[in-house]
Amino acid sequence: MSKVQIKMTVNGQAVEDQVEPRCLLIHFLREQLNITGPHIGCETSHCGACTVDLNGMSVKSCTVFAVQADGAEVLTIEGMAEADGTLSAIQEGFMQEHGLQCGYCTPGMITRVYRLLQENANPSDEEIRLGLSGNLCRCTGYQNIVKAVRYAAEKINAQREAAE
Amino acid sequence: LIPGPFEYHQPGTVDEAVALLGQYGDTGQLIAGGHSLIPMMKLRLAVPEHLIDLRRVEGLTGIEEEGGALVIGAMITQHELIGSSLLSEKCPILRETAETIADPQVRYCGTFGGNVANGDPGNDMPAVMQCLGAEYLLHGPNGARSVAAREFYDAAYFTARADDEILTAVRIPTPPAGHGFAYEKLKRKVGDYATAAAAVVLTLETGACVSASIALTNVGSTPLYAEAAGQALVGTRCDGEAVGEAVRLAREITEPASDMRGPADYRTHVAGVMVARAVARAVGRAAGSADGK
Repeated sequence: MSKVQIKMTVNGQAVEDQVEPRCLLIHFLREQLNITGPHIGCETSHCGACTVDLNGMSVKSCTVFAVQADGAEVLTIEGMAEADGTLSAIQEGFMQEHGLQCGYCTPGMITRVYRLLQENANPSDEEIRLGLSGNLCRCTGYQNIVKAVRYAAEKINAQREAAE
Repeated sequence: LIPGPFEYHQPGTVDEAVALLGQYGDTGQLIAGGHSLIPMMKLRLAVPEHLIDLRRVEGLTGIEEEGGALVIGAMITQHELIGSSLLSEKCPILRETAETIADPQVRYCGTFGGNVANGDPGNDMPAVMQCLGAEYLLHGPNGARSVAAREFYDAAYFTARADDEILTAVRIPTPPAGHGFAYEKLKRKVGDYATAAAAVVLTLETGACVSASIALTNVGSTPLYAEAAGQALVGTRCDGEAVGEAVRLAREITEPASDMRGPADYRTHVAGVMVARAVARAVGRAAGSADGK
């Protein structure tokens, strides 16, 4: 099959390359762009390790063809830290609250939490758990992940109030 | 898990998409959100040679009320459906149902049209569409036609949609203000398909049931419109005896498979429990219930 030219913006950088139409977005990111933060976990759209932000939506990049993301804005874990390298409030929350152990699910978790907090600045514990129901973690038992999200929400809201 | 090779097409209009379907016949396949199709392609259970993407097709993403009906474009995602204030106000069972589907990431991509049209008996919206008396608008080479949701499903993955037709929108008669509703779904975990589920929409006047509609998910090779079960409630006060009869009639039409969600007998039993719970919740929500709400 002939390749198709696609372009998108990944973590603020314009990228352009040729892909086979059957190339999945996760493979395009990892193998062609060398963006290896989003992980391949289950490859069956269950685990959420491959979650990236695509045009303002959290998506499982193992279940999107790269050609479907032509022209899109993509954000991955690599784009989460501040410009000067300091961790984002969400990343800091996962560190401070021990929201990870092996770390395999963490890029997907953090990328999902980024969108969740954009849509709901003050989620309840239940909303956090439902909001993360597409991301599996086999280490933490989720308790500390919920705490990490709460930490991040409080910090982001405090910063917002201070700025106003 | 790499899908087989295919050529990718991005039509801009419904007519272009229909023409591509006609041109490629059995080797062509529509893709909407892709969250049912891409997993099938990875397993090589689906090996289309031509993938026709609907995401750039104009006119498939509206949510409107016109002529006493809610018209929902086929490419509206479950996430957009949940976020629609019009639908939350006029037909809240849609939101209640969409929130039980899969997980947030899947709901950003998965479309309402794909959920109703692909014919998977595990999908939740088809039974809700039967419960609401929805019509599916199909476009083919000879123009448009509509098919009732209650007539649409022939068997698992076999529907009244012809191979060269596209579902463009769903038309739902706006339920009367004050109707009671519920979608009750038993699942093994968040995001799972139903072990069994029941959709109920009803209206009451001074505590008596004036109309009732019931449909069932994942307890047969198609969604099941439980017409007799709904009729058993009409004219009653939805008391224990009437609900018991509705449950019995609903169970009678189930033909579930025995699978990892449980043996057939159990799933038939659960279907009845879901009907009873959904009726109770719908009655509690309806205007005109006996306690004067």
